[in-house]
Amino acid sequence: MVETEQFIMGDVACAEGAIASGCRFFAGYPITPATEIAERMAKRLPQVGGTYIQMEDEMASMAAILGASWGGLKSMTSTSGPGFSLMMENIGLGIIMEVPCVVVNVQRAGPSTGLPTLCAQGDVMQARWGSHGHYEIIALSASSPQELFDVTIKAFNLSERYRIPVLVLTDEVVGHMTEKVIIQPSDRIEIYSRKISNLSPQEYLPYLPDEDMVAPMVGVGEGYNIHSTGLTHDERGYPVITAAVQKEMMDRLIYKIRNNVDNILEYEEIETADAEMILIAYGISARPALKALEMAREKGVKCGMLKLITIWPFPEKKIKELASQVKGFIVPEINYGQVYLEVERCVAGKAKTVLISHAGGSIFHPDKILEVITKL
Amino acid sequence: MDYEEAKIPLGRVTIIEDRCKGCAFCVEYCPNDVLELSKNFNKKGYHPPYVQKPEGCVNCGFCEVICPEFAIYVEESDQ
Amino acid sequence: MKKQGLKELDGMPGKHPLSALLREDRMPHIWCPGCDIGTIFSSCLTAIHESKKDYNSFALISGIGCSGRAAGYVKLDSFHTTHGRAIPFATGLKIAKPKMKIIVFSGDGDIFTIGGNHFIHAARRNMDLTVICVNNFTYGMTGGQVASSTPFNAKTSTTPEGNFETPFNLSYIAAAAGAVYVSRWTTLHIRRLTSSILEAFNKKGFSFVEVVSSCPTSFGRKNKLGTPLHIIQHFHKISVIRNGIHPKDANLDIGKEIVVGKFVDIERPTFFDLRQDIYPVEKEEEV
Repeated sequence: MVETEQFIMGDVACAEGAIASGCRFFAGYPITPATEIAERMAKRLPQVGGTYIQMEDEMASMAAILGASWGGLKSMTSTSGPGFSLMMENIGLGIIMEVPCVVVNVQRAGPSTGLPTLCAQGDVMQARWGSHGHYEIIALSASSPQELFDVTIKAFNLSERYRIPVLVLTDEVVGHMTEKVIIQPSDRIEIYSRKISNLSPQEYLPYLPDEDMVAPMVGVGEGYNIHSTGLTHDERGYPVITAAVQKEMMDRLIYKIRNNVDNILEYEEIETADAEMILIAYGISARPALKALEMAREKGVKCGMLKLITIWPFPEKKIKELASQVKGFIVPEINYGQVYLEVERCVAGKAKTVLISHAGGSIFHPDKILEVITKL
Repeated sequence: MDYEEAKIPLGRVTIIEDRCKGCAFCVEYCPNDVLELSKNFNKKGYHPPYVQKPEGCVNCGFCEVICPEFAIYVEESDQ
Repeated sequence: MKKQGLKELDGMPGKHPLSALLREDRMPHIWCPGCDIGTIFSSCLTAIHESKKDYNSFALISGIGCSGRAAGYVKLDSFHTTHGRAIPFATGLKIAKPKMKIIVFSGDGDIFTIGGNHFIHAARRNMDLTVICVNNFTYGMTGGQVASSTPFNAKTSTTPEGNFETPFNLSYIAAAAGAVYVSRWTTLHIRRLTSSILEAFNKKGFSFVEVVSSCPTSFGRKNKLGTPLHIIQHFHKISVIRNGIHPKDANLDIGKEIVVGKFVDIERPTFFDLRQDIYPVEKEEEV
């Protein structure tokens, strides 16, 4: 099989990435600017033997993908801010039940209805903390249709590997832009599927983890009689309402991600080796940031960039390491400071930190970022 | 008519005492007053039923189906 | 990892006829003395047994509430989901496992109040599910608040002077939304209830069984309905069986008259049938 070059919209690339990952169930709801993902899935899933179902709202969409994933199908939904808010309840259910699935948020300006057709990056903290309770989450970011294709595949792999809903954060500009996307043939794409236990029903415990802190799954309807609940539960999956079991369960859910952070994190370092200041950018903002970096270098300014592919977990170690090398960090983001708060926290005063904020509705001009770079 | 050969079934009731919560549905709905709440307490402090009239049980199964606790069941006895 | 959790109580023999479908290591269950959810749950398990189908072909999903705890006691693949969302979860599972019989067992507050929108859409789609709704007119688990099924004038903890909203007729909603099987029984109609649940299992499409139940602990006490036994006797006494009646005329007045029976039993193409017409695939045999 050969790789193909397509000239497609970001949203379409995302859907194709899902299909390439083996996604065979999509439950969603129309919302600008993510509707095209649903539309593409509606067209493509029946072609590959999958099912598209349009649910009555985003809460149902999220519940349906959890059910389908338990049933063995790789499942996905997509939305934007207002729908993301509705999905939070069942993202929490997915986290505590440890269900592999992917949720794509093509961000638009908020809060509330905001600017439906224009971009922002205001849901980053929501992606981290939007559901109640304390938990770890994995959220990836894409800044081009190609990246959206690649990152969606990564998201499925991570969700299957770590039995956790994985969020893909992109934004309206990336979702709606049309660019060249190289689609690898399926035998060249690395696909990971959930660990299935080979224990007998008498021995199997649904939430007894392996060494990597992830518990193998089993198929539904195969005699294992698994029970899974949103209540705090023990290895049997039975609800146990005590502080002791809460601690055991929570420790496992939290450290399942924290202890595996080196296998989860991904970022791109651009000219950081001799940099005196570093841009930290993600999503669409990474592109004007990169241009600003090039312009700065031309002027002789030793600027570098850390482009985040994984936003959550946050690359704390890397930033702490860079903090001892550089004079300062510049964070251009289309919000009033979300990733910036993490950067400031990690840098802990060892270097300067500067936020370039943007209310949303358009993207940064490279000149604006260059201005801040040269001032630093 | 075969009424001389026809037999009334005989049932044998088993009570899982520690599951019982003393609701007395079984006592009330046994058509033959086979059951009565005992004066004893089970582990949780309820009065489970006991079989006061074993020969009266006709294996109708009503106690079994009406019990909310899965605490009583009846089987056909061989007598 | 050391096994923790509920201490297994002694003396729990596993010879009850429904043992194979019961998580006996979790008995006794949490339902109150005299609460008939246990009886309705038992009826559901009996129907599963009487279906003569492989137990592994069933899965049970519930939401939040006392009735929702059923998922934790049934020895099948079972899922205790979020409040009101059992039905869309079940929809996803059914699409992934079309050969399985997916049962939703939950309460009136969970299915019709917070979950109302999901209920009507699954019925509209004629998604092949069986929904057993325990209607005890209240949110029992949280202490007896008003729900969309609470009778007019009833006292609840959030309508201390009496409910001045009118309740839904759950069977009517189910029929209007497109359910192909709709029935209502009280707990004391136990054998008819079991047969009805079995019919619902064997029916292709969205089947709905409403069970008129009592919450003696909160709803019963606040409305001075008497002992648990007295309440279910009263419901049974004022019930009248009217099979085939139009659900809009199936009144439910816990003071005067409860119309029970099998109201709807029709044929309509299911979600899968209709999908097959547009997207033909090798047809999987459905349970």
